[in-house]
Amino acid sequence: MLNVHRDICGYCGCCVSVCPEGALELIDAYLSVEENCTSCGICAKVCPLGALEVVH
Amino acid sequence: MRWRSSIKSKDYVLVSGGGPAGALAARTAAQKGLSVCLVEKRPAIGAPVRCAEGIGKEALAEFIQPNPRWISAEMTGAGIVAPDGFEMTLESSMAGGKVGYILDRKVFDRELVWQAADAGADVYVKTRASSPIMSEGRLKGAVLDYCGSSSKVTADVVIAADGVESKFGKWCGIDTTVPVREIMSSVQYVMTDIDINPGATIFYLGNEVAPEGYLWVFPKGKRAANVGIGISGRKSGKGHRAKDYLDKFVKQKFPHGKTIECIVGGVSVCRPLECTVADHLMLVGDAARVVDPLTGGGIYNAMYTGKLAAEVAADCIAKGDLSKKALMVYDREWRASKMGKSIERNYHIKEYLIKQPDEKLNTIIHSVSKLDLKEFSTLTLIKELLKANPKLLVELGALAASIR
Repeated sequence: MLNVHRDICGYCGCCVSVCPEGALELIDAYLSVEENCTSCGICAKVCPLGALEVVH
Repeated sequence: MRWRSSIKSKDYVLVSGGGPAGALAARTAAQKGLSVCLVEKRPAIGAPVRCAEGIGKEALAEFIQPNPRWISAEMTGAGIVAPDGFEMTLESSMAGGKVGYILDRKVFDRELVWQAADAGADVYVKTRASSPIMSEGRLKGAVLDYCGSSSKVTADVVIAADGVESKFGKWCGIDTTVPVREIMSSVQYVMTDIDINPGATIFYLGNEVAPEGYLWVFPKGKRAANVGIGISGRKSGKGHRAKDYLDKFVKQKFPHGKTIECIVGGVSVCRPLECTVADHLMLVGDAARVVDPLTGGGIYNAMYTGKLAAEVAADCIAKGDLSKKALMVYDREWRASKMGKSIERNYHIKEYLIKQPDEKLNTIIHSVSKLDLKEFSTLTLIKELLKANPKLLVELGALAASIR
């Protein structure tokens, strides 16, 4: 599953734009992860700060 | 709740997003006498900034009279630093020499939305379009969330100006996903107490500095600047993210500077969406992926598409036809515009440049040490670089014809 480290996240939306499933949404100052997330890790790769982590 | 009147249930034009694209759409639609509702999910217009804030003087003047209240600095030149550290300078020979601005986006964006409000648009902040309303097989508006309550707003047309993290297109069947290699993973510090040239924007290139992107220093005052970086998403990963590269640069270049703001963001440098309209829907600005793929600049393109979308919407409302076919006028017009052609050309130039090794970039930049630019545009710069490196013309192939 995808973990959002909220203390690191800069709520910029970079991850939302690359999500192929449309599973992420930036709601003002926090990121929401929907159930259709496949834990592909694309978002975690592009995050400028390293706030996202796929954990198995 | 004096700062927020109740949302009307019927609006002709619903604009999602209060950046420059949404503001220009709302201002234009209101000026045309349409009933307009602009919603911004953030509690304040203009923040967080997520922008290096540079724009050409002439480009800006197309939409708004310059005002010192939201101009941080005026630019007279630029510098490009090659991977080996050699700096090429560009100076303007234009009268007065002032060719570009570094804006104060927090104040600028607020001014644009203020103008939209003055023109008659309704504005709602901390209000988010959370889902589209679909009925009888077509888009009829959106559900708006505000402080725990939801309301439905019907609209003849939705103008989605919801930025890089746009959702509206996807909800309506338009694939807005940005390819990993074409998202610029970006971080920027607003720094003060640093030694800079206050009249020039500086760009640092190279695989060690900013892989498949660039690092910038855009002055915000005599000793202050936006110091930022964008790297390709495919080059980003644990231990080598945008922040890692920027921190390394800052430690070396501005060790005693003070960071008074930290901003992160994603900038798309892909081609624009294949189609920027659907029935009763138009996408503008970053949501339409119309950022300049070479520079990452998006303010002008956002304002241009926002304004154009509202103009086309007004025509279509008058004719009573808001089908995709009718709204295609917008899509065709921006593609045929100077902006559309510039995006296409700059996309090819970007694709060429990111494939070049550092040694090649050194050669290109060394070939011209000082340029006098009559016009401060990337096209002029590319033309001059081609003059000095005739071999590039061959390498650029078919594209070369569109540059000369």
